[in-house]
Amino acid sequence: MSLLEIHEPGETPLPHAGEASLAVGIDLGTTNSVVAIAREGVPAALHDDSGKSLVPSIVAYPDAGGVLVGEEARLLMAREPRNTVASIKRLMGRGAADLHAVAGVLPYEIEPGSGQTDMVKLRIGGKARSPVEISAEILKALRARAEAALDKPIERAVITVPAYFDDAARTATRDAARVAGLEVLRLVNEPTAAALAYGLDKGSEGLYAVYDLGGGTFDFSLLRLEKGVFQVLATGGDAALGGDDFDRAIAERMLAERKKDGVADQVDEAAVKTVLALARQIKEQLSGRDQASGRLELAGIPSFHALGRADFEAMIAKDISRTLDIAGNVLADAGMTASDVQGVVLVGGSTRLPLVRSAVAGMIGKPALTDIDPDEVVALGAALQAEALTGGGDTLLLDITPLSLGLETMGGIVEKVVPRNTPIPVQLAQEFTTYHDGQTAMAIHVVQGEREMVADCRSLARFELSGIPPMTAGAARIRVSFAVDADGLLAVSAEERTTGVAQRIEVKPSYGLSHDDMADMLYDSLDNAEADVTQRLLVEARVEARRNLLALEAALAKDGSLLGADERVALDAARAHLEAAIAGEDRDAINAAAEALENLSKPFAERRMDRGIREALAGLSVGELESRVGE
Amino acid sequence: MDHFARLGLPAALELDGAALDRAYFAAQRQWHPDRFVGKPPEDRARASTEAAGLNDAYRTLKDPLSRAVYLAGLNGIDLPGDGKTIDDPDLLMEAMETREELHEAATADAVDVLAARSRDEMTKALAGLGTLFLRHDKAAIRKALLRLRYLDKFAEEARARRTNLHREKA
Repeated sequence: MSLLEIHEPGETPLPHAGEASLAVGIDLGTTNSVVAIAREGVPAALHDDSGKSLVPSIVAYPDAGGVLVGEEARLLMAREPRNTVASIKRLMGRGAADLHAVAGVLPYEIEPGSGQTDMVKLRIGGKARSPVEISAEILKALRARAEAALDKPIERAVITVPAYFDDAARTATRDAARVAGLEVLRLVNEPTAAALAYGLDKGSEGLYAVYDLGGGTFDFSLLRLEKGVFQVLATGGDAALGGDDFDRAIAERMLAERKKDGVADQVDEAAVKTVLALARQIKEQLSGRDQASGRLELAGIPSFHALGRADFEAMIAKDISRTLDIAGNVLADAGMTASDVQGVVLVGGSTRLPLVRSAVAGMIGKPALTDIDPDEVVALGAALQAEALTGGGDTLLLDITPLSLGLETMGGIVEKVVPRNTPIPVQLAQEFTTYHDGQTAMAIHVVQGEREMVADCRSLARFELSGIPPMTAGAARIRVSFAVDADGLLAVSAEERTTGVAQRIEVKPSYGLSHDDMADMLYDSLDNAEADVTQRLLVEARVEARRNLLALEAALAKDGSLLGADERVALDAARAHLEAAIAGEDRDAINAAAEALENLSKPFAERRMDRGIREALAGLSVGELESRVGE
Repeated sequence: MDHFARLGLPAALELDGAALDRAYFAAQRQWHPDRFVGKPPEDRARASTEAAGLNDAYRTLKDPLSRAVYLAGLNGIDLPGDGKTIDDPDLLMEAMETREELHEAATADAVDVLAARSRDEMTKALAGLGTLFLRHDKAAIRKALLRLRYLDKFAEEARARRTNLHREKA
């Protein structure tokens, strides 16, 4: 194995002088992948010998040795299920805690112990393999296809990712390309790439929507097209919703039918793969006719299954209506309504379903644009961008952050620093301060998501800023800067402003710390906005009350002698009362107890102030006093 | 360099949206990192910083409320951070009343009525800002901006409430 070259973060090597290498566009999809090239503004997907452009995103590590990708890997699936892996994209950048979202979809053995602080690994072909190295095999195969078709070495590519991919998944994709020997010129969001492919005729101007329902992910984006400028206004989606879910629904139904007929199936990996393959065939047939059927054989026991289109559509209606809800939210984010949209581009194999087409047309009120093959359109757009980036083009692509980025503050509240739908690249900073007197370090916890509480967002990174000089609580000025580059990748740095203690990190995701799947985050944020606000107010009340208690404690330690014994007893009782209220869930009780304590401690505060003034004035002459007052 | 200067626009409350877009697109054509692929690292770092500055400027000036808050800041009127306690008794009263109404709104239509009213109030308040800026009435500008910020937040809450009602029904 050759050694990998690792460059400075953010730097990529210059192409070899004098050697003009071509750059391709790659759609690394959940179900299928495509590689394409554009020459003089005309993109074309690259085909294999049999004329197919789609490469199934399946990798096999056969017992016989070697690696197979695509159609050949698919053929091996039934015979050597433990050696093949499909839909690996769903695991890119995922930790163990994310797996419940895809449990049941991915019939794989997870390597024990992996995914706690790193990405999960799969046990495939008797070896632990990461999603990055498995994806790299697909990219290598695409690269080989391109080199064969173009008869030139290919070292650079634009690779597409779902707009909704988080930082971890983007980083994993870029890493996979490196392993495959490809320099990533740019990670481009899939809907944006699709719009690029459609934006060829410069005549189309105005607001366009891209509805992208693939095998495993859903994205909805709004773009404004104007004189060669592609400006993404808002985007939203679900990183765990796609055609695979429809297959699974059909598969579960078939297994239930067998169970009803008294068949006791052992549903092992091989069985799951067989059932899913048949389910997919039935689903695809239903796009062209009203009824489809198939024969299933598990452990030598055959069964026949029929499904009507109406029944199938009822099974997936909830998922489709969810995509429309997301689309509605994206429109609202952009301050637009469906009638502002001039056209909607359909992307992804799942948009072949008649139900999807009619639902989208119904929502937007205009028939969808489908003249470019929905399976190829993303790769074609990526190829156009690859040509523009290497050969220089006139199009300008202005993209945005799909999810808000922020920091954890006291009480587990998220302070958003970069809101979602902010144009990239972006550099934004916010100042934070210390909570305790004499605090010398600060834990910085970077999160991604729309919810108010940290526990509901995805944890991206944690680091500690140490060496803060001891100061009174609230005196330090910690400036935390977020920079998101044009690939949508994040770097975070923190600096104590009074002394210049600087620390910088590139975000490396801390997998598996989040309870929610990132897919649910944005969607949940609207569901839970009211509950979140209540929770946030409660937490804020607690934080404020604790801050006052700490300040009072410090004052008592220093000037406790100013209080009479009775006063002290009353004050301690009020402190205990507030502590008890903080432990409860009632914000009003906390505020009432805090107010009572504040009133009770007022005379003490006044006496402290008097003493402070007396001390300051002690021994000063009138002249000195005047000059001080004049300061 | 302030955001207006960065885009070559006059520092004014009223801004032609199309002119802002034109200025922003033209500047991004020059500085977007896509134009610097394969260039030396220091050029690319510069482009990234310039493009980020342009994005910050565009985002701030595009929205009338954030533009007004920014312009107020340039004029030495600083607002307390978002989410801080309201110190204006009139606004406090208005906020309590409208929140109560939103809480009691039981249908999407009822929420829509409140949201529309809030939008009207925003439009009116934004229109009134111009005079206040001309008079350099800092106290009145501050008061108006805090109210606008509240109205904006209310619109967001109304949207969340509407989504909830919609989903409860479904």
